[in-house]
Amino acid sequence: MDHFDEAGAAVQAALDAGARYADARVMLRRTETMSARDGEVEDLSSDESAGLGVRALVGSSWGFYAVPDLSDAAARAAGRRAAEIAAASALVPGPAIDLVPAGAGTASWASPCEIDPLSVPLSTKGDLLVAATAAARDAGADLAEGIYQIWDTRKWFVSSDGHRIDQHIRECGAGITASAYGDGEIQRRSWPSHRGQYGTRGWELVDELALTDNAARMADEARALLTAPLCPSGETTLILGGEQLALQIHESVGHAIELDRILGWEAAFAGTSWLDLDRLGSLRYGSELMNITIDPTIPGALGSFGYDDEGSPAAPRDAVRNGIWVGVLAGRDSAAMAGLDYAGSVRSDGWARLPMVRMTNVGLEPGPHTLDEIIAATDDGVLMDINRSWSIDDRRLNFQFGCEIGWEIKNGKRGRMLRNPTYTGIGPKFWQSMDMLSSETVAWGTPNCGKGQPGQVGHTGHPAAPARFTNVRVGVRG
Amino acid sequence: MTTPVTAEVDLAGRVVELTRSLAGAGAEAEVVAAHTAEALTRFANSAIHQNVADATTTVSLRLHLDGRTASGSTTVTDAEGLRSLVERTVAAARLSPPDPAWPGLTPPTPLPADAGYDEATAAAGPRERAIRVRDFVQAAEGLETAGFCRTAYASGAFANTAGHTVHGRSAEAAMDGIARLAGADGVARRAAGRLAELDGAALGARAAAKARAATSPVELPPGRYEVVLEPTAVADLLDNLASFGFNGKAYAQHQSFAELGAQQFDRGITITDEPLGATLPFDMEGTPRATLLLVEDGVTRAVSHDRTSAAEAGSASTGHASAASRSWGPIAANLHLAAGPIANAVPEPSAGPTASSARALVAGMRRGLLITDLWYTRVLDQKSLVITGLTRNGVWLVENGEVTAAVSNMRFTQSYPQALGPGAVLGVGAEAVAVPDRWSGVRYTAPALHLASWNLTGNASG
Repeated sequence: MDHFDEAGAAVQAALDAGARYADARVMLRRTETMSARDGEVEDLSSDESAGLGVRALVGSSWGFYAVPDLSDAAARAAGRRAAEIAAASALVPGPAIDLVPAGAGTASWASPCEIDPLSVPLSTKGDLLVAATAAARDAGADLAEGIYQIWDTRKWFVSSDGHRIDQHIRECGAGITASAYGDGEIQRRSWPSHRGQYGTRGWELVDELALTDNAARMADEARALLTAPLCPSGETTLILGGEQLALQIHESVGHAIELDRILGWEAAFAGTSWLDLDRLGSLRYGSELMNITIDPTIPGALGSFGYDDEGSPAAPRDAVRNGIWVGVLAGRDSAAMAGLDYAGSVRSDGWARLPMVRMTNVGLEPGPHTLDEIIAATDDGVLMDINRSWSIDDRRLNFQFGCEIGWEIKNGKRGRMLRNPTYTGIGPKFWQSMDMLSSETVAWGTPNCGKGQPGQVGHTGHPAAPARFTNVRVGVRG
Repeated sequence: MTTPVTAEVDLAGRVVELTRSLAGAGAEAEVVAAHTAEALTRFANSAIHQNVADATTTVSLRLHLDGRTASGSTTVTDAEGLRSLVERTVAAARLSPPDPAWPGLTPPTPLPADAGYDEATAAAGPRERAIRVRDFVQAAEGLETAGFCRTAYASGAFANTAGHTVHGRSAEAAMDGIARLAGADGVARRAAGRLAELDGAALGARAAAKARAATSPVELPPGRYEVVLEPTAVADLLDNLASFGFNGKAYAQHQSFAELGAQQFDRGITITDEPLGATLPFDMEGTPRATLLLVEDGVTRAVSHDRTSAAEAGSASTGHASAASRSWGPIAANLHLAAGPIANAVPEPSAGPTASSARALVAGMRRGLLITDLWYTRVLDQKSLVITGLTRNGVWLVENGEVTAAVSNMRFTQSYPQALGPGAVLGVGAEAVAVPDRWSGVRYTAPALHLASWNLTGNASG
């Protein structure tokens, strides 16, 4: 059963109420989450959400209204309400709004999925988390935690520009964490990432993570960190593992190239951007090694889709090429306002939320080396991996990251484990110092990107490989 | 008190009965049916650019069956949707591993007297929010502005198979905006139970005054500084203390700094959690919410619990169960830091940067920083609650009780309990201000604080 008729009714009602453009999405989403602690399942939740959100453009003002009722009458009422809200926006009007073209027509898309994650028996999924957390606990963790999450989303999109697009996107992922308690501090090791690995794939992704096989090592390393020397303070050569680099890309590149931030639309909350559109195409963002792409077509990555929530088809695009800033994440209205001719990066986290500019898969193209080669080429430095904390200013310039684990690098070899490693810097200066880059790329998934008011949680993907940076300040402490 | 028969009470009761019929008399079930309506008018570049509203009814079921537990929820509230919710939750419970930590159901327990809620706020339309935005923009007198005006309403019922049924309503309003001038931002934000209490013009004028005073900032070297934190910044301290320190699960797992009965804070610090904001008067387990005294004159008295963490800690639920509390812990949502004794008011020109709650504290500071907002704060170590983050929306150097220069944003790395520790609090403002959380419908109520030391570890510019 499709829901194009309900979405179409909402769009027509908004047009009848005076909108010059309208679009509507019906979304059905099932989610399932299980968490486990110390060999026992702690929480299991299976949720279902269904509803319709309609967006109306009246004059130069937007309105959005959402309801969980999929009847024809409710859909029409929602369309009228969206137009009414748009009309109220005109009390404090902005500049004229245009929309760049978004393709058009009828289309259907589904993400790849070998094993439907919702069809895997709960007992099988529970046994996995129980076994993995028990293994970490048995190996000496004071606290062992595990989690999996599944999202199964179907949506039907209709616009007054002629779109009729349906999509079925299945996402899932999992991870475990082992904690060790010391004298007034806690050390933590996570596998495969600090909140797990996620993608637009089926349960085969979770099977590949080998959670139980890595549990004891995580516990061992967490305990070892309690007595490891502190990360030294000062400037040094920094090698980042791919998982940490993925979050570095997310925070200091992905958010900075969001066009709504650049235009000031997020100024009061998420913030703006240090990037100035006048320098698009000429500004040096990083070293020649820095090639960042926006690519929602990567099979299985968490930021993949067939069409965004404005109906723009997924397409790869350069954001940074040979260190020069060349592209942004854009929506139909923000692109038109900036004088750009492309959109394609607008999504919402559900039927009740307004679609907005969001990262898709924003990743760093691989380099020529291996991590071992990078270590071998480093006389003196620190290797850090697996994020522990992240913070960046509202213009996306000044960042400070903490990692779960670090290692001393001396004379081309990995040495002692280091405790509480942190590093800090300024985005473009940091990226310009990147002088070695690995070929060992993984598309890391970030399922908890917060943005917007009312708040929305976005799912993004970040292909990244280990890389080396020079003259980075490390070891910031409180 | 008799529970009124509302649509939500009826809905919750029907799901309880459906669960009994499908899962058997031995099933323990708790149901929350909540209708929520949220509307938010957002502005940027001094124009409304996003204007949204939604109205949703969500039914949540938690079921304990044969020693196993599962939860589910749905927004599909017709007969088929409810039956599907119960059937899949029963199926999930039967396939789940055993749950030895199941704490049982809340017995019938009366709610405290209804504090009432503002019908006008619940029914507010987009024009009423737009008027406040217009007033904010106009009061900024040409400065670029951005922010939001929000209203929210909830009507919810709880019912369980132990015969406990309660109903409550809440409404809240909030406004948060910045004014910008030459790269400098000033902010004003307020939360209230009534939209009528939000004065867009007053907030816009305050934000603009701060922005004007924040231009041409100087850079200061990193180091430990005496500081006055305005209520907008103190809200971040309360948020992180609630999430990581007073979290009953973190406490039970020995991940929190909290030690009950210990003098962990300065004597000037008293913190309670109040059932305000968008909060219903009971939690997801049906436990009534009441004022919870967390810190009294610097002594840690309690942490927030749901029934699971309470059982693990040998305590009682404090009414802080949420859909995620079994995994993430029960988190107090509306912390209130008590204001200090009445201080002599220090007059200040309206163009000055200092919030009224901070003026007396600033007047008493020999050399230090006045900080408006803390931004993007993240935990470096949960046990000691060392946090890193940045200043935002205005920092000023204060010398001999006077604001002498605007200062560029700085990064800090600071243990929050240490900053509030015995002897570390030099003054508490006399006016506690309700500040909305920027992410959700909760609020923090706080005065300004004068602290002996704040560890600024770098300049935001490098």
